[in-house]
Amino acid sequence: MSNRAPANLPASDIEDEGHERRSYVIGLVLALVLTTGAFAVVWFDLFSGAAALAALGLLAVVQAVVHLRYFLHIDLQRSHRDDLLLILFTVLILLIMVSGTIWILYDQHMRMMP
Amino acid sequence: MNWELIFGQIKWTSFVFAGMIENPSLSEAIASGAGSIAVLGALGTVVLLTVKGWWVPLWRDWLTSVDHKKVGIMYIVLALVMFARAVIEAALMRAQQLAATDGGGFLSADHFGQLFSTHGTIMIFFVAMPFITGLMNYVMPLQIGARDVSFPLLNAISLMLTMAGAVLIMVSLVVGQFSTGGWSAYPPFTGIEFSPGEGVDYWIWAVSLGSIGSTLTGLNFAVTIYKKRCPGMSLFRMPLFTWTTLCTSILMIFAMAPLTAATIMLALDRYAGFHFFTNGDGGNMMNYANLFWLFGHPEVYILILPAFGVWSEVVATYSSKRIYGYTSLVYATMCIAVLSFAVWLHHFFTMGQSANVNAIFGIATMIIGVPTGVKVYDWLLTMVGGRIRLTTAMLFHINFLLTFILGGMTGVLLANPGIDFQVHNTLFLVAHFHNMIIPGVLFGMFAAVQFWFPKAFGFRLHEGLGRASFWCFAPGFLLAFFPLYWLGMMGATRRTFTWSNPDYLPWFALAMLGAALILAGFAFMVMQIVVSVRRRAELAAPLGDPWDGRALEWSIPSPPPAWNFAVLPQVTARDAFYEAKKDGTAYRSPAAYEDIEVPRNTATAPLIGLFACAWAFGLVWHIWWLVIVSFVLIWAVVIARSFATHTEEIVPAATVKAANEAFLAAVRATPGVTRDQEMTAANRGRAIPESLEASAGALAAGAAVEVTR
Amino acid sequence: MSLSERLHPGINLAGTDPESHEAAEEVLFGFWIFLMSDLVLFAVLFATYAAMSVQGIAEGPRPAEVFDLTAAFLETLLLLFSSFAFGFAMLEMKYRENRRGVLGWLLVTGLLGAGFVGMELHDYYVMVTAHGATPQTSGFLSAYYLLTGTHALHVSSGLVWMAVMAVQVVVFGLSPAVKLRLMRLALFWHMLDVVWIGIFTFVYLYGVVS
Ligand code: HEM
Ligand SMILES: [Cu+2]
Repeated sequence: MSNRAPANLPASDIEDEGHERRSYVIGLVLALVLTTGAFAVVWFDLFSGAAALAALGLLAVVQAVVHLRYFLHIDLQRSHRDDLLLILFTVLILLIMVSGTIWILYDQHMRMMP
Repeated sequence: MNWELIFGQIKWTSFVFAGMIENPSLSEAIASGAGSIAVLGALGTVVLLTVKGWWVPLWRDWLTSVDHKKVGIMYIVLALVMFARAVIEAALMRAQQLAATDGGGFLSADHFGQLFSTHGTIMIFFVAMPFITGLMNYVMPLQIGARDVSFPLLNAISLMLTMAGAVLIMVSLVVGQFSTGGWSAYPPFTGIEFSPGEGVDYWIWAVSLGSIGSTLTGLNFAVTIYKKRCPGMSLFRMPLFTWTTLCTSILMIFAMAPLTAATIMLALDRYAGFHFFTNGDGGNMMNYANLFWLFGHPEVYILILPAFGVWSEVVATYSSKRIYGYTSLVYATMCIAVLSFAVWLHHFFTMGQSANVNAIFGIATMIIGVPTGVKVYDWLLTMVGGRIRLTTAMLFHINFLLTFILGGMTGVLLANPGIDFQVHNTLFLVAHFHNMIIPGVLFGMFAAVQFWFPKAFGFRLHEGLGRASFWCFAPGFLLAFFPLYWLGMMGATRRTFTWSNPDYLPWFALAMLGAALILAGFAFMVMQIVVSVRRRAELAAPLGDPWDGRALEWSIPSPPPAWNFAVLPQVTARDAFYEAKKDGTAYRSPAAYEDIEVPRNTATAPLIGLFACAWAFGLVWHIWWLVIVSFVLIWAVVIARSFATHTEEIVPAATVKAANEAFLAAVRATPGVTRDQEMTAANRGRAIPESLEASAGALAAGAAVEVTR
Repeated sequence: MSLSERLHPGINLAGTDPESHEAAEEVLFGFWIFLMSDLVLFAVLFATYAAMSVQGIAEGPRPAEVFDLTAAFLETLLLLFSSFAFGFAMLEMKYRENRRGVLGWLLVTGLLGAGFVGMELHDYYVMVTAHGATPQTSGFLSAYYLLTGTHALHVSSGLVWMAVMAVQVVVFGLSPAVKLRLMRLALFWHMLDVVWIGIFTFVYLYGVVS
């Protein structure tokens, strides 16, 4: 479970400046597209009601993944396993906490409606 | 002159003694007495340190140290000191409830409220937490063959933040009042409208400091276990105590955040008129309960998991058997850790959500019982066919198995929303959680002290006095808390300073008796430590392995050198040290020694703790200049530290070699003892592995007895 | 160990500075854990906000009445570009150990970040003066100010940290300790983006849509 990657990994892709710079550029471009897209959904009223919420939520999740991938460089390599597992576990806890809280508070709220 | 600018809201009437002078009563006298004890205790300590000339060693060898072993010991000392206060408060509450029929008794309602609030807060945040943290600090790096934790300075900072919180609570004995809102501090009662004084603020800041300390500890230990294991120590070769430390650390990392959020919101409500939990303007006090227990439930597993780890080590060692069902114990621990995030609602079944919500959380709660049950069977089966020695620690373990199961069963009862509606907020609940926490966590920690004390100090604890304390603690617990189940079912509510049902009296009397026995047990424990220190020559076990131990911590001298391991061990199996003893590969001289880098002492952590304490005190009393100055100072210290360069020093290979070879020579020159001689003066810390006793025992035994008599 | 080993996600120093590279594994993993614990804090604030922005309006304004979407969008862009700039500071550090380059990009990052904080303060100002929307008005606004305020506070402490690091780059040069700190600051800075995406979407956009 240690973070050692196989030694035969090609050195080039991580020790190549062009490659690493490209990662930031791709990240920026994707993030810009996604953010602007989300903004456009609201600004131009592209969807309404629940559809808008779903679209926005989806765009946000995708953008979070883009940031993790291109700015924070999280990917599926063996050597990143610890960190990836950490993030996935965090997401699990986070979902439990957020969805549980919202569920509980809405349930109580509904029962207090006059 | 505007005094408020300087002293904030402190007035002369804020001092506890003023209450006694202006409004004399027994209740005030007790408050003043407690305040005096705190002041005198502090003064006494200062005088003692001065007379003995211990200031310098205290500062140089302890407070500025970043060695995980010293940090661990300081945590445990803190826990014991705070335990003394909290257990006396418990006895006072018991006495009040015994004396209180129809409004009788000697404490005012307000004073009683402060007592259960400080008792609960201290026991959880400043006894149980520092106790487990100290123990994990001391033991875990030794078990994984590491020289220290990953971030030694951060470790010391965690300690000092916890210490700052504890000091703040002690200060509340003298200046002002503590909260009366219980350890959970539910608004709206703790909001500014109903608790306008400084009490809740003391609670908020003391708890916040403790919880920041714990988050950092969790982070530190998780990284240590992930990245600092010695060669060969794969995850599934780790001792079980280390496993539970890992899971507890993960819980600390994630569970403290909701508490921090809740205390920040409560503080904003109180200080700045926000509306998170207020009774109008869109506040929602039910969210507080939700946030608090998002933390609170994982918290109880933060406490119990390390104790489970202790039980696993204790039962295997004193049964001289490999732990039964290692893998199932590991997976059970993981299951518990994850599930513990999914059950928090069972603490507020009665808050008004619909039956479906209650049902789901009730079921989730019952499921947690399953992995815990697995563990109980594993411990039982470890004993089967083992060479069991009924040492103090083992007595605590057997007591734990018996009583913890009962507590677990009442827990499953409480997980039924229908039943919970009946006994919620009664003494039944108080009985239940003490039933888990005292035999489980507290006695677990006591057992750990018996078990690892010789490792930390080089001599064993006096066994007879240990047993005496056990025989007070165990029945004392039963007497003090089993009557509360009955009382709860009769309808006696918790946090209540008086009552009028004559049927309660005998049960309260029994509970008082139990509390007295617990106090006696504590007295025996203190006596045990004092006597053992006096007789340390006779109890000495410097060779490191008094119990025929199994994990790596027993392979090094007692107390261990600053660098722990002269050469990082190479592990090939579980129970690494035991296997080495069996194969005859233990105590070999390494081929070569190398220089070792150890961190230098630094004043960073104690300074941060000091300023954090001042900052919190300023916040409690609205002394804004102090708040600003100490906040700036905290960060100034951090930044200044980041500019320091020579933070490490080198221990030359020759020094390491001399120390280690001397130790090995002493071990080789000493014949081992068998398990029958464990508690005799012959036990200098060299064990004949139980499995080899038959062949080697007779010979060595005779020789060993001769050496010491 | 071979030079090409990657010990952690992100910029690895294996090829250019093996000594710092070795030390980075533990330190960066620790920092990731810190970030995750911080993220849980934000998650709890989000959950609270989600409930209060609907149930906690009381007599106060609704989200749609007080939010300025264009400002929020511009703030998003500022943060994005500052993250991007930090990436270039890291490349300067790794491939050229170029103090000036690092300092230059840090300055760009810091200015964009400061612009973000400034705009946000301006938002607050407008909300308070034009709409009378203070944190004391309602539960919804309490939650709004706490959530966005906590984020802004994080960004501000990132700026202070950045200033300290700039001094350290000048004093110590790009020593291993300094590099490791810059790498952590970079993670911190990028992670605040991710949190902001959540705020932009679930606070501002959701607030205006529903
Ligand atoms: C050792 C002997 C102990 C005794 C005799 C004792 C006694 C008591 C009593 C009388 C109460 C008040 C019950 C009520 O609300 O009416 C109480 C509450 C409590 N105790 Fe203990 N206790 C002991 C140990 C502990 C320990 C070891 C812990 C935790 C580590 C603990 C945690 C608590 C908590 C959290 C509360 C609830 C406080 C509240 O209501 O907010 N106690 N205890
Ligand atoms: Cu619980």
